[in-house]
Amino acid sequence: MTWFLRNAWIVPLIPTLAFPVILLLGKRMPRGGAEVGIPAVGASLILAILTAIAWIHRSPVGEGADKVRPFLERDLFTWFSTGGVSVRFGIHIDGLAVMMMFVVTFISLCVHVYSYAYMEGDRRFTHYYAALALFTGSMLVLVTGSTSLQLLLGWEGTSVCSFMLIGHWWEDLDNASAALKAFLTTRTGDIGLLVGLAMTFFIAGQSFNIEKINETALAGHTSHTLLLVAAFALFCGVVGKSAQFPLHTWLPDAMAGPTPVSCLIHAATMVVAGVYLVARFYGLFASAFSINLAGHAGVNLVAAIGGITIIIAAALAFVQSDIKKVLAYSTISQLGYMVMALGVGGWTAGIFHLFTHAFFKGLLFLGAGSVSHSGSHHSFDMKKDMGGLRRHMPITYVTFVIGSLALAGVFPLAGFWSKDEILLTAGKNGYQAFMIVGFVGALMTAGYMARCVWLTFHGEARGGAAHHQPHESPPAITGPLVALAFMSVVAGLLNAPGVELFKKWTANPVVIAAGAPEFKFNLGYAAVSTVIALSGLALGWLYYERHWLAALHGRTKTSRLALAGFNFLENKYYLDALYTDGIVYAVKSPIARAAYWFNQNVIDGIVNGAGIGARAAANWVYGVIDQELVDGAVNGTGAAAEGGGALLRLIQTGRVQQYAAFLFGLGVVVIGIGLLALTHSF
Amino acid sequence: MLLNEFLFLAAFLFCVGVYGALARKNAVFVLMSIELILNAVNINLIAFGALTDNLAGQVFALFIIAVAAAEVGVGLAIVLLIYRNRHSVDLGQVDLMKG
Repeated sequence: MTWFLRNAWIVPLIPTLAFPVILLLGKRMPRGGAEVGIPAVGASLILAILTAIAWIHRSPVGEGADKVRPFLERDLFTWFSTGGVSVRFGIHIDGLAVMMMFVVTFISLCVHVYSYAYMEGDRRFTHYYAALALFTGSMLVLVTGSTSLQLLLGWEGTSVCSFMLIGHWWEDLDNASAALKAFLTTRTGDIGLLVGLAMTFFIAGQSFNIEKINETALAGHTSHTLLLVAAFALFCGVVGKSAQFPLHTWLPDAMAGPTPVSCLIHAATMVVAGVYLVARFYGLFASAFSINLAGHAGVNLVAAIGGITIIIAAALAFVQSDIKKVLAYSTISQLGYMVMALGVGGWTAGIFHLFTHAFFKGLLFLGAGSVSHSGSHHSFDMKKDMGGLRRHMPITYVTFVIGSLALAGVFPLAGFWSKDEILLTAGKNGYQAFMIVGFVGALMTAGYMARCVWLTFHGEARGGAAHHQPHESPPAITGPLVALAFMSVVAGLLNAPGVELFKKWTANPVVIAAGAPEFKFNLGYAAVSTVIALSGLALGWLYYERHWLAALHGRTKTSRLALAGFNFLENKYYLDALYTDGIVYAVKSPIARAAYWFNQNVIDGIVNGAGIGARAAANWVYGVIDQELVDGAVNGTGAAAEGGGALLRLIQTGRVQQYAAFLFGLGVVVIGIGLLALTHSF
Repeated sequence: MLLNEFLFLAAFLFCVGVYGALARKNAVFVLMSIELILNAVNINLIAFGALTDNLAGQVFALFIIAVAAAEVGVGLAIVLLIYRNRHSVDLGQVDLMKG
C-alpha cells in the first residue's frame, strides 16, 4: 500500500497532462475535450482515495497523545539549481495533504461531470475543460508539494486559471474586469507571500523545505520579531487568496464566471488555499503569533482578521439579490471561520471546517447553477426571476435545503460538527470574544440561508421562473448534487464524538509540537449552537413566510436610518469605493498633480536654462564644426560611396556564369601568387 | 606508379568542366560540368591516396560523391523552378539581380 503514498505525485500529474491534450486536440474530439478531462480527474480521484486508504493504514509511531502517522517526504528531481542552492521537487504526504487531495479531486470530478450539461454548446467549451484540468493539476501541486516554491507554483497556477475562468465570457466587459480585479487583488496579497517565502528561506538556513521551516520556527532559536514579520508577510498572501477582510472584495465579483467554476474555485478549493497555507506553516504561525501560549492577550492577527471577516461578510449576504453573491459572501464568512479557527488554536477544527465546507458550499453553488440552468431562465436574480421553484425542481430543492441546513449548522449535518468544534476551541482556549463572534456569525448564517431558500424556492414564481417552463435539470447536473448532498450529510460524522477518525487521521507532529489543544465534545456548546442555528432559521422563516415583524418590511422606504444602513451594506461598506476612488485616485490625482507641478516648474526650469546655454553653444558648433568639417566629411563619404557603387555596378550583371568566371579568374590569380610565393621562399 | 597519367586525366576533365560551366548557356549542362570538376578532384584525391598508401583519399572521394549527389538534387530543383517560371533554362536570361 505504501506504493500509493510514495507515488502520490501521479495524482497531480494526470490532470496536468490532460491540460495540453485537451487544449491541442480537444476541438477535434466529438465531445470537445470532456472525454479526456472527466476520466483524467476520475483517475486522480481513485488514486487519491487509494492514497488516503494507504495513509490510514500507515502504522502510527509514538506514545499516547503524540501517537501520529509519520509523514512521508520524497524528493523526485532537482527542479533547478542556482547560486549554490538546488531546489528539489518533491512530495510531502501527510493527513492534511491526503485530505486536500481527496477534496480537490472529488469536487473537481463533480464539477467536470456537471459542466458537461451546464456548459453544453458553449463556444469555448474546449478551453473551459482545459482550464479546469490545469486548475485541478495546479491545486494538487499546491497541496502535495514539499517545498514552499512548489506551493507558490501551484498558488500562482490556480490564480491564472481563476483569471481565465472568471473571464470565460470575456466579450462582456464586466466579466473581463471582474477577472482582472480578482487577479490584481490576490496579487496585492501575493507581494506579501513572496516576501514571506524569501524570509522563511533564510530563516530555515537556505531551505525551501516547509517541514524544515516549521522545525526551525518551533525550535525557538530564531528572533521572534523575524518570525513575526515573516508570518505577517505570508498572512498577507492568505488574506488575498482566501478573500479575508480587507481584500475580500474580489470574490463576489468573481461570480461573473460560470457557476461550476464558482463552485470549484471560489468556494471549495482555490479560496481555501490560504487556509491550507496557514495550516501547513502552522509551526511558524503558532510561534510567531503565540497562538497557543498561555497568558496571551486573547487576540492575535489571524483570529482577528477571521472574526471581522465572519461578521462583515455575513451582514452583506443579507442585502444581495443575486443568489450567487449570497453564496459568495457566505463563502467569505465561512473562510473567516476557518482562519479564525486556526488563529485560536483549533488546527483540526479549522481544516475540518475546510473539509465539510467544501461539500456543502459546493453543493449550494451547483444547486444555484441548476436553478438558473433549468428554473429561472439563466438568471441569478432571486428577487426578479425565482420563487416557487420547489414544485418544479424537487431534487435541486431537496439537495439545496440539505446544503443550507448543513451550512447553518443543524444537527447532525456536516456544518454542525465542524462549526461546533471551532466555537468549542475558541471558548476553551481563552478566546472568548471570538467564541461570541462565532455564535453571532452562526445566527446570521442561518438567517441569510433561510432568506435565500425562501426567495428561490418558496413564495410566488416571478420573472424568469414564471414566464418560462421551469423543469428539473438533467442527470449530469442532479448526479453531482446528490453525491455532494450525501457527503454534506455524512462528512461531519467523521469527527463526531466516539468516532473522531478525522482527528486521528490528520494528527500532525508539527501541530502537536506547536501546542494546539484538543477538546472533548461538549454538550453545552452543541446545544447553544443548535439553538442558535434553529432560531436563525426560524426567524428567517417567520419573517418571510409568515410575514412576522411586518413593521420591518419595507422599512428601507420609510425610515431614513434603515435606508442609510441598507445603502451602507448595498455599497459593501464603501470598500470598493475606497480602493478605486480612494487609493487608486489618490495615487492618480494629487500625486499626479504634484508631479505635474514639479515637472512644469523645477524640471522645466532646469531644462530651459540648459536649453538656452545649449543653443548658444550649438550655434557656434553649427557654423564651424558641423557645416564645414562634419558635412564635408559626410558629403565626401557619400560621394566616394556613390562613385564606388557606380564602378562596382558595372560588374554586377546578374549573370551567374560571369560571376563564376570572375571567381575562376580570382582563383587562378590567388593560386598563381601562392605558387610563386612558395617556390621563391624555398 | 602511373601518377602523371591520372593527373593529366584529372586536369583535362577539370578544364572541360570549367569550360562547360562558364560557357554553356543550358543550366543542365552547367550542372553536369560542375560534376565533371568534382570528379576531376576525386581522381586527384584517389591517385594521391594510392601513391601515399593512405585511405583518407578514398574517404574524401566518397564524401565528395555524397555531397555532389545532394548538390545535384538541389541544383536540379532550382533549374526546374526556373523552367516553370520562364519556360527556358537559358542562364543568359536569368539576370534579375543585375545592378
